[in-house]
Amino acid sequence: MKYLLTILFVTLASIAAALDGQFGIHDPSTVVLCNGKFYTYGTGGTSLISDDGWTWKRGATLPRRGLAPDVIHIGERYYTYVAANIGAQPKAAVNMIWSKTLDPDSPDYKWEDGGVVASSDGVEDSNAIDPGVLLDPNDHRLWLVYGSYFGYIRLVELDPKTGKRLHPGDQPRNLAINCEASDLMYRDGWYYLLATHGSCCRGADSGYNIRMGRSKKVTGPYIDDNGVDMILGGGKLLIGSGGRVVGPGHFGLLDLGDGVQRFSMHWEADLDQGGASVLDIRPLLWKNGWPVAGENLKSGTYEIESVRTGTALELAVEGMPVGGPRGRGGRGVGRGPGRGSGAPPADGGGRGMFGGTGSPIPSQDAAQVSANWPAGNIEVRMANYLLQAQQKWAIAPAPNAGGYPGSPYFRITIAGTERTLAATDDAELVVLPAFTGASQQLWRIEQLPDATWRIIPKSAYKSKDSLALSAVGSSFATLSKFDPASDKQHWLLKTP
Amino acid sequence: MNVFRKYRLPALTILTASALFTIAIAAPVSWPTLTKPVTPEKQPSPDGFIGRWILLEPIPTTGLTPSAVQAAVKKEYFPNQFTIIPRDGDKVTVGGTELTWHAVDTKNYNVNLYHFAKALEKPTSDVLFWAVTIVNSPREMRDVRLAIGSNAASVWWLNGKEVIGIYGDRQTVIDDGVSRRLTLNKGPNILRAAIVNGGGATDFCARFLDANDKPLKGFTVNLVDSPK
Repeated sequence: MKYLLTILFVTLASIAAALDGQFGIHDPSTVVLCNGKFYTYGTGGTSLISDDGWTWKRGATLPRRGLAPDVIHIGERYYTYVAANIGAQPKAAVNMIWSKTLDPDSPDYKWEDGGVVASSDGVEDSNAIDPGVLLDPNDHRLWLVYGSYFGYIRLVELDPKTGKRLHPGDQPRNLAINCEASDLMYRDGWYYLLATHGSCCRGADSGYNIRMGRSKKVTGPYIDDNGVDMILGGGKLLIGSGGRVVGPGHFGLLDLGDGVQRFSMHWEADLDQGGASVLDIRPLLWKNGWPVAGENLKSGTYEIESVRTGTALELAVEGMPVGGPRGRGGRGVGRGPGRGSGAPPADGGGRGMFGGTGSPIPSQDAAQVSANWPAGNIEVRMANYLLQAQQKWAIAPAPNAGGYPGSPYFRITIAGTERTLAATDDAELVVLPAFTGASQQLWRIEQLPDATWRIIPKSAYKSKDSLALSAVGSSFATLSKFDPASDKQHWLLKTP
Repeated sequence: MNVFRKYRLPALTILTASALFTIAIAAPVSWPTLTKPVTPEKQPSPDGFIGRWILLEPIPTTGLTPSAVQAAVKKEYFPNQFTIIPRDGDKVTVGGTELTWHAVDTKNYNVNLYHFAKALEKPTSDVLFWAVTIVNSPREMRDVRLAIGSNAASVWWLNGKEVIGIYGDRQTVIDDGVSRRLTLNKGPNILRAAIVNGGGATDFCARFLDANDKPLKGFTVNLVDSPK
């Protein structure tokens, strides 16, 4: 961090937009999973714990309080790296502690001190705080990056068996400059260095933003998309301020498997939380070899369109053309758009096949056409999207239903009605007359790396697998096991 | 489910059909893409498509909306229309017109009903075609799906249960309509379809998909009078 921080204690009430529960934190570590629960640790000993990654509460304080910890799980140990300034910045050290579990209720919960793994003497161009660790998936070498503004972001190697410094006598490598809160990740032959630029700790005036470069070697050089080395101040933007939140910092990768990734960070100021610093978890997408910050789903009315088939999910009722039934009329009487003079016909009728009605046609909603829809359960199908009411789905968070990393469970209903999409006992789909809150009516909707969406019911009774909404045919959707290599379970959520 | 009991068809009838029945020869006709079956049974194509059907000459009808198609296919045109397993050359009378069933093999993945009707000098627009085949499964197969495409609307039944309906003026697209998960019984399974065309070309295709949505193999199709 650029400025020495006082300990932040932010207790937050239930919220509507970001995460739920108590999620105030500054400088969160990478979110890690331990025995089915999510943990993150922040500056000043703060910790947060969650059963589902959506609703958070305050957790146990680490025995070593300090600045901007990072955590990694290797084998039977959770290694936590915590920095502290020793007197005035930039004299600092990164200490390691480890435990077999992060669960304070476990008999194995006991932190051992692993000692200093990196330091700065106050004179050199380094400020040894803000650690970030990467276990290279290729060779299982363990790396630590650290640093904050006073000089360089540096890299040293750790021993994955002990979490300690591997070659204490080796000179650290300089990777970047003029940033802090660095972290590393690897994907498809590239190492990515993510670091936070700008100033922290100024609430809504904080200029924090997360930038990155990439390299074929973990030791760099890390070059941004404009060809500028991060050692010279380069960095492609991953995420900056937007909406009602200001100052993202402290990237941490949360890999959920099946190619689905999230990243954690904090916002320096969430305006909806009175400008408090809060945790957030966002989808991590990929485009042209670069990470892209995705969006958690917002409430709204959507067309749910299959990437595979191009057809849209709909209630299986007889559709009514928008504006009502209309015959083809006499060809050549009217003037189609872009043809002829464009002037409306002189008379009110006889507009022909392409002449339209002569006045705007209102959008179709369920109130206009649902009188003839059957009562009770109705099947689900897919069809070409024709702007019709049975094709418009209102998606909104389900209250008090829990969630998953970054988002609540959603209910999916035909807009303007209570008719609710649900999973069936035999892993198919049905639309029920009303939402009751049952788990088969709760949907996990999350962005995939290509920015499309995966839609998963909270439960489908008879399946052991996690089932996702799947387009088997052009006119039929079902639930089936998620296959990252197929586009069957990729959906577009379009605003009608 | 016992298909034979449900359809009041003695098991022996189908299992030994080719030996017991005299083939009723329909009037000679030449289709560009259809032929008369010459083998006792037929394997699905490499992509799983069912290539042997018995087709009824077209019945006039109109309308492609779900309600119009459902009304059209649920109307009784001839006795036992939802249970009958016709033989090549069998005849029914619909609205005073005698119509003939024709056993066909298709050369393609689809069954071209336009070719079928045109060669018979029958109408191809505003018509309904009935199609039936027998799917013989060597074992019970669970979690399979029927996957069809049709021009235009169509409704499908497997062993008497309606499993797919697709509507509107549409073209044949492979796996356009897909059923929920089904079970193919060991032995014969009766697959029945009604295809409703508005105007122009008309055809259909059908196959089964396995639990991984791959084309199902390992079954054969025949008709009650397939040549031995």
